[in-house]
Amino acid sequence: MDNTRRKFLKLAGLTAAAGVAAPMLGSKALAAGGGHGAPAAAGGHHEEVPSGVRYGLVIDTGKFNDNPGLAERCQKVCHDYHNVPKFNNSKDEIKWIWTDKFANVFPEKSHYKKDERLNAMNILALCNHCDNPPCVRACPTKATFKNADGAVMMDFHRCIGCRFCMAACPYGARSFNWRSPRGSEDGKPFIEKYNHRFPSRMRGVVEKCSLCSWRTKQGKDPLCVEEANKGVEGAMVFGDLNDPNSEISHVLRKRFTIQRKPSLGTKPSIFYII
Amino acid sequence: MVDKVLKGNGLYWGWLTLLLMVMGAGAVAYLVQFNYGLGATGMSRDVTWGIYISQFTFLVGVAAGGLMLVLPYYLHDYKSFGRITLLGEFMAIAAVVMCLMFILADLGQPMRALNVILHPTPNSMLFYDMIVLNGYLFLNILCGFVVLASEYRGIKYPNWVKPFIYLSIPWAISIHTVTAFLYCGLPGRHFWLTAVLAPRFLASAFAAGPALLLVIALIMKRTANFDVGETAKNKLVTIIGYAAIINFFLLGCEVFVGYYSNIPGHMHTLDYLFFGLADHSTGVIHNNLVPFMRASVVMGIVGIIMLFVARRQKSDAMLSTSCILIFVAFWIDKGLGLVLGGFVPTPMEHIVEYTPTVVELGVTAGVWATGFFVLTLLYKLVVAVKRDSEATLKIS
Repeated sequence: MDNTRRKFLKLAGLTAAAGVAAPMLGSKALAAGGGHGAPAAAGGHHEEVPSGVRYGLVIDTGKFNDNPGLAERCQKVCHDYHNVPKFNNSKDEIKWIWTDKFANVFPEKSHYKKDERLNAMNILALCNHCDNPPCVRACPTKATFKNADGAVMMDFHRCIGCRFCMAACPYGARSFNWRSPRGSEDGKPFIEKYNHRFPSRMRGVVEKCSLCSWRTKQGKDPLCVEEANKGVEGAMVFGDLNDPNSEISHVLRKRFTIQRKPSLGTKPSIFYII
Repeated sequence: MVDKVLKGNGLYWGWLTLLLMVMGAGAVAYLVQFNYGLGATGMSRDVTWGIYISQFTFLVGVAAGGLMLVLPYYLHDYKSFGRITLLGEFMAIAAVVMCLMFILADLGQPMRALNVILHPTPNSMLFYDMIVLNGYLFLNILCGFVVLASEYRGIKYPNWVKPFIYLSIPWAISIHTVTAFLYCGLPGRHFWLTAVLAPRFLASAFAAGPALLLVIALIMKRTANFDVGETAKNKLVTIIGYAAIINFFLLGCEVFVGYYSNIPGHMHTLDYLFFGLADHSTGVIHNNLVPFMRASVVMGIVGIIMLFVARRQKSDAMLSTSCILIFVAFWIDKGLGLVLGGFVPTPMEHIVEYTPTVVELGVTAGVWATGFFVLTLLYKLVVAVKRDSEATLKIS
């Protein structure tokens, strides 16, 4: 049996064994070969592979709770800068970062007889920048893709608006431009104050938080993190999860944190201190 | 051969005119949507797919259902299907045309649709869906027309087309399997995340597709004096009946797993579809699909019973009623409940309901009319050619 034939059979065997999963994992999984064929099977219960830069966030919900209005300021600074439109109805709503109750941000956690403080909390939610993002797997045009630094990105110019990524995202982190965000209603533009340093979107494409990759490339923190830390030091910590000496790694070693829906194997990069 | 679609009676032309009018209205509705954006539909941030994608899903099934008419004839040499095999292939063509139109209607940026080919992404199920749907369309056009043209010339179809016919059989399975994979591979959507989704899709497809065909065959018996034959009809009843029963068996499996395991995520959507689901933060009960879903189950079961009674009593009227019941039951099940239900509750466990807008319904009606327009022309062709060739056979 020559080498290529053996390779082919090995691949075919793997494909058959992986069954349904194989095509969905794509070329990366097949290239990984025999040792660890199915990264998805490892779930959220195993170590992620620490290689390269992987940006992540820690959100200290207690600090936000002690400082009412701080979360809203984080949202405002993000939405203002990124020209996120306001439609004043939930149907067309676009949001990159927002707050919701514990029961909604962590629906898989027990809500039975939880303390009043927790139930009253408004917890920040945003794209989880998963290490194993289902949206990237679903996108048929690579319009959503993973940056080398771990951020899950959107190419607004390539998106065909099929919204497969929105069905795939288990965190409701994605928004669609149901109508043109550049328009206005009753003389009031949807983008109140246009920021010319960041492009607005056209209708018919999906958008979401990009972990401010345009800032992090310059060594700056994302806008929400900068704003949060203006309010209270350490309310949000941003950094490289794979660097053992980074501040975020230090915080994660010291504090108990949780992630959203870890059982789905998406490996979120956003951690919460409750 | 193609000129045969130009000769028809008043009923034929009246029907085509009606369809053209609906198509025109659909085109106007689409223009409205194209100029405003998909916000002209009832879809929202939380229910991101609506009636377009659910029609697409159902119609992939109708297309795949053609298999049940093709397979017995070509693979088992079941001669009694001689008059309906082509009808099955042509029904698949019309159904896939509708599928592709519904996908285009659903795109936020339809002008960029070719990005799926320009930037091929083999890890996306939509990439495979694009391949299998277009491939199935091509296979059915090729096989259907070659077989029909041969018949027109009074010869047996050429041998070179046989591999394509055989290929179209597993291909039919693939279109509905891949369509199920669009849904059942998504984490965090518990209702779709089930291994029996593809089998259930196929079961309902193998009932709904032939049911539609049998209804059309019974209409053509009246209007075009084209009888598919008693044996073929009886065999179709068997196929539709068993496929429909298997669908309900699989639905029962879903219900058992959901409620016996008692895992909330597995019960939520079933609750929403059949009983109504309360939003735990507001306490409001949401149930706008409940009457449809309950009607679907009743219609499906009544349809199955009537189907077998109709065969025993040799009643065409009861047979077409039962087929319509089964077709509508599965249209509700897959064309409404499956896709819309999957979005309830949202990933953050809110409940958002969806109601289609007039624009959306207009586009939907337009696409269905286009499908029936294509189907009418194709069936007109088949009937004319069949009648010619059978007349020739009688003389010789």
